[in-house]
Amino acid sequence: MNAVTSTSTKIRSGDKLALNIAAYVFCSVIALLCLIPFVMVISGSFSSETAIVNNGFSIFPQEFSLEAYKTVFKDPMVVFRAYLTTIGLTIVGTFLGLFFQTMTAYVLTRKEFTWRNGFSFFFFFTTLFNGGLVPTYVLYTKTLNLNNTYAALLLPLLFSVYNLLVMKSYISSLPDSLVEAAKIDGCGELRILIQIVIPLIKPALATVGLFIALAYWNDWYNAMLYIKDDTMYPLQYFLYQQVNNIEAYKKLIASHAVSGEILNTMTLPTQTLKLALTVVVTGPIILAFPFVQRFFIQGVTIGSVKG
Amino acid sequence: MDALKENKDGTKKKSFFEKLRRYKVFLLMLSPAVIYTLIFSYYPMAGVVLAFKKYTYAGGIWGSKWNGIENFKFFFRSGQAGTVIRNTVLYNILFIVVGTAFQIAVAVFLTEIKGRMFRKVSQSMMFLPYFISWVIVGVMAFNIFSSDYGIVNRLITAMGGEKIPFYSQPAKWPWILLFFNIWKGIGYGSVMYLAAIMGIDTSVYDAAAIDGANVFQRIFHVTIPSIMPTVIILFLLSIGGIFKGNFDMFYNLVGNNGLLYGYTDVIDTLAFRALITSNDFGMSSAIGFMQSVMCFITVLLANKLVSVYDRDYTLF
Repeated sequence: MNAVTSTSTKIRSGDKLALNIAAYVFCSVIALLCLIPFVMVISGSFSSETAIVNNGFSIFPQEFSLEAYKTVFKDPMVVFRAYLTTIGLTIVGTFLGLFFQTMTAYVLTRKEFTWRNGFSFFFFFTTLFNGGLVPTYVLYTKTLNLNNTYAALLLPLLFSVYNLLVMKSYISSLPDSLVEAAKIDGCGELRILIQIVIPLIKPALATVGLFIALAYWNDWYNAMLYIKDDTMYPLQYFLYQQVNNIEAYKKLIASHAVSGEILNTMTLPTQTLKLALTVVVTGPIILAFPFVQRFFIQGVTIGSVKG
Repeated sequence: MDALKENKDGTKKKSFFEKLRRYKVFLLMLSPAVIYTLIFSYYPMAGVVLAFKKYTYAGGIWGSKWNGIENFKFFFRSGQAGTVIRNTVLYNILFIVVGTAFQIAVAVFLTEIKGRMFRKVSQSMMFLPYFISWVIVGVMAFNIFSSDYGIVNRLITAMGGEKIPFYSQPAKWPWILLFFNIWKGIGYGSVMYLAAIMGIDTSVYDAAAIDGANVFQRIFHVTIPSIMPTVIILFLLSIGGIFKGNFDMFYNLVGNNGLLYGYTDVIDTLAFRALITSNDFGMSSAIGFMQSVMCFITVLLANKLVSVYDRDYTLF
């Protein structure tokens, strides 16, 4: 401790120390609680099945083993296909969604477009009242007949009013004179959008783009509703199915085993397999996390500005 | 020539058709979003009529026969209505109140931490759960609470206690669900309050210091009151969603574990099961309609309350 000169500051620094300790302890505890479930999944996935069955899960790996990963990649095409589906949907969905949302937001911020408030309300009203599950389900499965199509996974997440509002509030913070000047120079609206507005709203594009990408990456719900063909499962629903049908998986492995070595079904990885699958599914998000976190933080603060 | 005529009525007034022509490009640019919204939001809105119909596959939304309020009668007679409405509302209140308290605490404490590195790392760790899907949270919950392999039961037995079969004891689930709800939202949710704290004028702190306020007085008399507007606005806005259950969370943590339904079934999970498991379109759409109407009313109410508190923050 540094020497403190006056008594009053001594008291105050005592309080300060207490608060500092409280702050460090509180934040450490919360941060560790947030991290531990991740550590447990990773540790468990590198443990041997027998150790988990005998001792249960723990924070550190028990009897280091790659058995679970070997099982996951026994038939690598299965995982690979789910990956490909999710990556494809994420890329296509993010670019299409971003383009439509930016274009819409741009028009809704143009002052000379006097119908902009009416259209804004047209979009906004959908957040107040919605048809609910059944009419949407009937629309997708019967009216549009999108069962077992990638469109049923792409369309539901393509457009979100929340993202539209974030985009709108960001674009409206640009000075009007920019667009005016381009107009005088004879630029068309689409050209103003692409050549002038879009280069200036890169932070908002990154933020909204990542929100859309995350929604696609983590989507399992639409697959559960509309996809019955297991070769079309996206990553999260693939994991969901595997975790819930681990018994079925056991059978699958057993059928593999018939041809070659005879495996004792008791030692087949099931608990560790779930965790290895979870690691495989979560991996890219966790790796991308340090680079994208700040854009999400930005999103919260942009969104709080009223659009 | 036409345009000139129109202008004679009043210099600013332009006819609808002239505007249509003037806005041609704008309207063209809006059209994808408008068509999308008409199909995927407004068409299902009209589809709520299904709540008053006996759905047949051949008939679809428009061709099925009306059956008055039979679907609603069925839903309320099933005895599940009270349970799911109560659960939905109580869970939301629990999540909003406790979640907000934790998020504010994190924001206040994080700003008190002087070590930049420590602050950044701990904030990142708290943000991590936001990025994963509820499917993965479901796997993690099993790691922690499973009777045979869960780490909690492992600790209990290591200390000589009896195993707790969490997956067959419904009364434990409000706390488990609360834990995961806070866990997943704490990093993201605290960002808003952090921003609010950063926005406080430092001269207020200086004034408080001159008046001899200690650090705790500073928090409770300067920091908390200064972020109160943010807290109240966010609180009121979340009240608007009080009849909306977080389907992703409930379905992945509880799934089809009927033993737990008494404490864990919410409007959204019941509507889903009615549709997908029992193929009961009528009851499911009655539940959905009821929920949409209640959500609509609460959002309007919440917005009204916000406007009473501070007009600048209203949604519309």
